[in-house]
Amino acid sequence: MMSDITKQSLSELVKNIKEKKLSSKEITKAFIDRSQKSKELNVYISEDYSSALEKAKKFDEKPNLDLKLPGIPIAVKDLFCTKNVRTTAGSKILNNFVPTYESTVTQNIWNEGAILLGKLNCDEFAMGSSNETSFFGNVQNPIDKNLVPGGSSGGSASAVAGQLTPITIGTDTGGSIRQPASFTGIVGLKPTYGSCSRYGIVAFASSLDQAGPMAQNVKDCALLQEIISTYDSKDSTSIDFKRNEYSKELTKNIKGKKIGIPKEYRVDGMPKEIEELWQKGIQYAKDCGAEIIDITLPHTSYALPTYYIVAPAEASSNLARYDGVKYGFRAKGENLIDMYEKTRSEGFGAEVQRRIMIGTYVLSSGYYDAYYLKAQRVRKLIKNDFDEVFKKVDAILTPSTPSSAFKIGEKKDDPVSMYLNDIFTVPVNLAGLPGISIPAGHDLKGYPLGLQIIGKAFDEQNILNIAYAMEEKIGFKNKINDWWIK
Amino acid sequence: MSKVKSEYLINRKDNQYEVVIGLEVHAQVTSESKLFSTSSTKFGAEPNTQVSLVDAAFPGMLPVINEFCVKQAIKTGIGLNAKINNRSVFDRKNYFYADLPQGYQISQFKDPIVGEGKVILDMPEGQKEIGIERLHLEQDAGKSIHDLDPQSTYVDLNRSGVALMEIVSKPDLRSPDEVSAYIKKLRSIMRYLGTCDGNMQEGSLRADVNVSVRAKGSKDLGTRCEIKNVNSIKFMQMAINYEANRQVDLIEEGKSIDQETRLFDTRKNETRSMRSKEDAHDYRYFPDPDLLPLEVSNEFINRLKSEIPELPDDKKKRFIKDFKVSPYEANILVSDIDTAKYFEEVVTKMGKNKDIKLAVNWITGELFAVLNDKNLEISQSPISSKNLAILINLIKNGTISGKIAKTVFEIMMDGDKDPQKIVEEKGLKQQSDPKALEALIDKIINDNRQKAIEYKQGKEKLFGFFVGQAMKASGGKANPQLINEILKKKL
Amino acid sequence: MSIDLKTIKHISKLSRISVDDQKAEKLAVDLNSIFKFIEKLNELNTDKVKPLTSVAETTLKLRSDEVKSKDIRNEIIKNSPQDNEDYFVVPKVIE
Repeated sequence: MMSDITKQSLSELVKNIKEKKLSSKEITKAFIDRSQKSKELNVYISEDYSSALEKAKKFDEKPNLDLKLPGIPIAVKDLFCTKNVRTTAGSKILNNFVPTYESTVTQNIWNEGAILLGKLNCDEFAMGSSNETSFFGNVQNPIDKNLVPGGSSGGSASAVAGQLTPITIGTDTGGSIRQPASFTGIVGLKPTYGSCSRYGIVAFASSLDQAGPMAQNVKDCALLQEIISTYDSKDSTSIDFKRNEYSKELTKNIKGKKIGIPKEYRVDGMPKEIEELWQKGIQYAKDCGAEIIDITLPHTSYALPTYYIVAPAEASSNLARYDGVKYGFRAKGENLIDMYEKTRSEGFGAEVQRRIMIGTYVLSSGYYDAYYLKAQRVRKLIKNDFDEVFKKVDAILTPSTPSSAFKIGEKKDDPVSMYLNDIFTVPVNLAGLPGISIPAGHDLKGYPLGLQIIGKAFDEQNILNIAYAMEEKIGFKNKINDWWIK
Repeated sequence: MSKVKSEYLINRKDNQYEVVIGLEVHAQVTSESKLFSTSSTKFGAEPNTQVSLVDAAFPGMLPVINEFCVKQAIKTGIGLNAKINNRSVFDRKNYFYADLPQGYQISQFKDPIVGEGKVILDMPEGQKEIGIERLHLEQDAGKSIHDLDPQSTYVDLNRSGVALMEIVSKPDLRSPDEVSAYIKKLRSIMRYLGTCDGNMQEGSLRADVNVSVRAKGSKDLGTRCEIKNVNSIKFMQMAINYEANRQVDLIEEGKSIDQETRLFDTRKNETRSMRSKEDAHDYRYFPDPDLLPLEVSNEFINRLKSEIPELPDDKKKRFIKDFKVSPYEANILVSDIDTAKYFEEVVTKMGKNKDIKLAVNWITGELFAVLNDKNLEISQSPISSKNLAILINLIKNGTISGKIAKTVFEIMMDGDKDPQKIVEEKGLKQQSDPKALEALIDKIINDNRQKAIEYKQGKEKLFGFFVGQAMKASGGKANPQLINEILKKKL
Repeated sequence: MSIDLKTIKHISKLSRISVDDQKAEKLAVDLNSIFKFIEKLNELNTDKVKPLTSVAETTLKLRSDEVKSKDIRNEIIKNSPQDNEDYFVVPKVIE
């Protein structure tokens, strides 16, 4: 029975708690037990098990079953500041940092009765597509040994796919939820920019960062989105729009929905399997009653270069606060400047340093117009493409990634080939739109492949509905044999 | 008033140089909480007790703008007769320093909240208009304390994030005196508006001074040097004087002037280069992605316009027109809002039969002397406007003489006593009974017969002698006018 | 265009990240390959395009002027690398 607990979806667990078939303690213990047997996956940076069991016991003593996540244990990406629990952002520079405050998004899930299990591994400051830039080591993909889980929310994706947490939250700046979801065979949603508060989330690139849910299925994903998306006056970019009750309003009826297929997403060198998956996806959508329309997003190929100006520029400034003065790691220095330079050189990993350097360069005197301003203009063109297309269609269907998961170390020394991982996800961030990745099939190696559905701003309900309908048609089953459990 | 043009020129052998000065004034906005956080702005608190997670730049902390600070900036813009921009943008100015926790300062670079404006200076040679280039909002930095420990610098972030208005003038200033007048005028306007307390000792008002020199009559601008963070008018004047002479010397020696940032050393009274701080700064300004453009509607601006009080220039005009004071007196009365307030209170409380000239004299004379002596602001005056008004009325209606009034004034300072009561208690009332005075004068003439004869023979100077004797005999209380009249009649 | 070692050193100064020669050379290779890829943007004529800084199509919300943050010096100083109850302490600033 215990071993079955972790196999259950969030909805099943909630149902079992509400029907008193399972206690919070039983569930929490089951996930802790499995997590402890799964150290080889290296998904946790900080475990909070004993405190989780305490909270579960407390919940069981006086269970509030009206909550949406009653006594459900959840591990979260280590980019969310959690009160009195170490928060590292996967970096040495925050190795010893313990926040005295809670991010709005995590507070929202605790408010609904959830219990923190621990903090999940991620690429350092969310900069990476394979979870290999983490100071705390790379994460194993439960799909296969020595396979990357994707990134930057790699620990989160592996934890859900490996059933170490029923659901989780990640963050997505250029694909950091959708790409690892695709690599591990789970569902991941990047909400509209401004949907989830950025308060208390370690910033990477402020104009692109969004927190979002990751789950085993679309329904769980919708429920979590409903909980984490709130207007927050502590974030000046949080948007006060009418939010749906995404899980309640979830429907498989997508008859007549117009779904666009952008020809620019058919890129050179894309594996045949991806193309085939996409075609299958189109067929599923048709089967669900949707209307398929060929569309064009002419500036797609400029999205990645634009992203690699905008994101590093913002990051170079956002990460200036890690200077060894107020918190975190400090190296010894002879004077202030010496201390800064050593702290940041020893405290940040190679990829973070690389991006800070790119960002500093594109903002520096003499290059601002040629790079940063140029990128802002192209970003406008990319957004215009979407605005234009969304006059004609309700959603856009694309592959989530140009390939399935790759081996650990395979792309580590070639930044550009690593960056190309995000070719299909980055335009969505640049335009601030919601995008969801759902598992849709396997490649020849048996590795999962995902499809991405992109929606209009604030139209999460619509893409969740399409995903929900297609999920049923696809009938995806993840092929995980618990290889890491001895 | 003198109309002589008092030009400030630097003379060397055959050459005369003109000094061109522009100011970047940093004025701390008067507000309860900081520009982007909810911590207090109060001055003088224990170190780091007014620091929020936002001010100390903790991970994931975000700025949220204070509406009041925005209003304060717009009001100041209105006070500077400036264009208010409906849309402005906050940028990040990136540099590392111990008292800059974010590693950047949130400021406004390309699109400031306030555009071009002007202020009028009243100089001895007449009025002069100084152009305002812009006013923008930005965050203040914390404080680095270098003298608490030989190996370390201590950082206090209480000031970190307090709202500042940077007011940039056009290079229209030509002398240390004009700079002084300009700062005083800005300070005056902001204090009228309640947007900055102008307290230079507490650092609420400080300036970066841009100085260049050029041959007299030239239209070109010379290479300028920026003297950073000068916090008193006196130091600004000293720094300008030193810097202008330094630049002229370089030109005279055939050397070139480097455009650079300099520091004014108050102990040595000299400016020196700050270039030791490595290569030139590259602040990498870009729009702060944590904030959106700030948009203010015309209705919003107009509502603020309607809240603007009468400002010094208008008040001055009204004082001259309504109270018939001289422009010189008006300047003194309006330059500080509290002085103007005090003056107007005295005028009101004097009632119908008021003597404004006397009020002006007493305020700018006796009262200012006392305040100066005790180092007090007029808002802390030991004598209330009400009691000063009563005292002036006592002089006006002949109850006491001006001389006795000074004695009463001295007594009033202790606990702001009612002058009426002082006069009664001490019996200081003026003797204005003609019969009593005639008797007194008869006696004096009798006692000094010889002198009376001399006076009649033409020694008119002796008249003063008799007045003196009469005053002395009355214990100083005799009404001098009556004494004069009676003496003229009797002698 | 290519990014030379001098530029790398200059950026590292601005970024306050110490970079020795070996690291600088590696960075130069990486950055040049990344910028080669970025140069693709030059294909586009964007002269007439307004730059986009935020996709959030609203304007700044203003908060009221209230002091809500209390004295949390202990919390603020708690994580600081050098022990002092009142101040943040850093190595001497050399002007």
